[in-house]
Amino acid sequence: MVKFYETEVDSRLMLGTALYPSPSIMAGAFKVSGAGIATVSLRRESGHDKAGQDFWSLVGGMGVKILPNTAGCHTVKEAVTTAHMAREIFGTPWIKLEVIGHTDTLQPDVFALVEAAKVLSDEGFEVFPYTTEDLIVADKLLNAGCRVLMPWGAPIGSGLGLSNIQGLKAIRAQFADVPMVIDAGIGLPSHAAQAMEMGFDAVLLNTAVAKAGDPAQMALAMARAVEAGRTGYEADPMEPRDMASPSTPLIGKAFLE
Amino acid sequence: MKLIVNGDAQEVEAATLAQVLETLGHDATTVATAVNGDFVAAVAREKTTLSDGDRVEILAPRQGG
Repeated sequence: MVKFYETEVDSRLMLGTALYPSPSIMAGAFKVSGAGIATVSLRRESGHDKAGQDFWSLVGGMGVKILPNTAGCHTVKEAVTTAHMAREIFGTPWIKLEVIGHTDTLQPDVFALVEAAKVLSDEGFEVFPYTTEDLIVADKLLNAGCRVLMPWGAPIGSGLGLSNIQGLKAIRAQFADVPMVIDAGIGLPSHAAQAMEMGFDAVLLNTAVAKAGDPAQMALAMARAVEAGRTGYEADPMEPRDMASPSTPLIGKAFLE
Repeated sequence: MKLIVNGDAQEVEAATLAQVLETLGHDATTVATAVNGDFVAAVAREKTTLSDGDRVEILAPRQGG
């Protein structure tokens, strides 16, 4: 059980809804993984195209919490307006706040992010900011009203895993009581497990599952990895050491020379 | 009236945002709207009058990561 803004969610796996081969495969991935939160977006729709309604009907029936995003927004105004539109359509104060600063890396513009987070938090939104592992930015986001942080593992869609382990350890340690989600960059179940072993509260991923040869199998693998990683974290892992240390007792060993 | 709807310039016979949605065949309950970059809530569409060149955005739920 993990809590975001007073809302408790059973699963620590959060899944995106994009890039799947078909809507039914997407729904199957959610079902088999037990993911509790789905990210969604808003896009243009023509009067003849009812794709939005069809999609919303499908996701609305999956029994998951909805986390709308501001994906693709590059300015504070764009992100804030998109958040307003999302709140009306999706009926939730939750918003995954993305303000993109660089086209190739999709790195967040953290200055605009903090500004938008302040505007939205003041308006009653419950902001999930997609950010870097920068400690000062994290502090400013918290001061802006965020009560969840979502540092990236690696660039969106890259599947590289956790690029800056030390930086992520530092942000985890610095803000120990803040619910924190690794968002983006996860490519393998081992990446997800690693994030959870480090004490992050959840992982959010999309491409790793949607672009796998078998999305449902990968979703299941991710769910198990998240659970294993979290359980391992809660079990208080041993400290690694540089030299060997025998696990079998030497006392009582026979002398057989 | 000449409007830019979802990025496309088009002639729309409508005076208000609510009429734009109706004219273009949208279900008003399943889309969110903005005019010139500002959100317009569903309850405000009937009172939102438009002018030539206004940019209207009509958005609906989609897949997202």
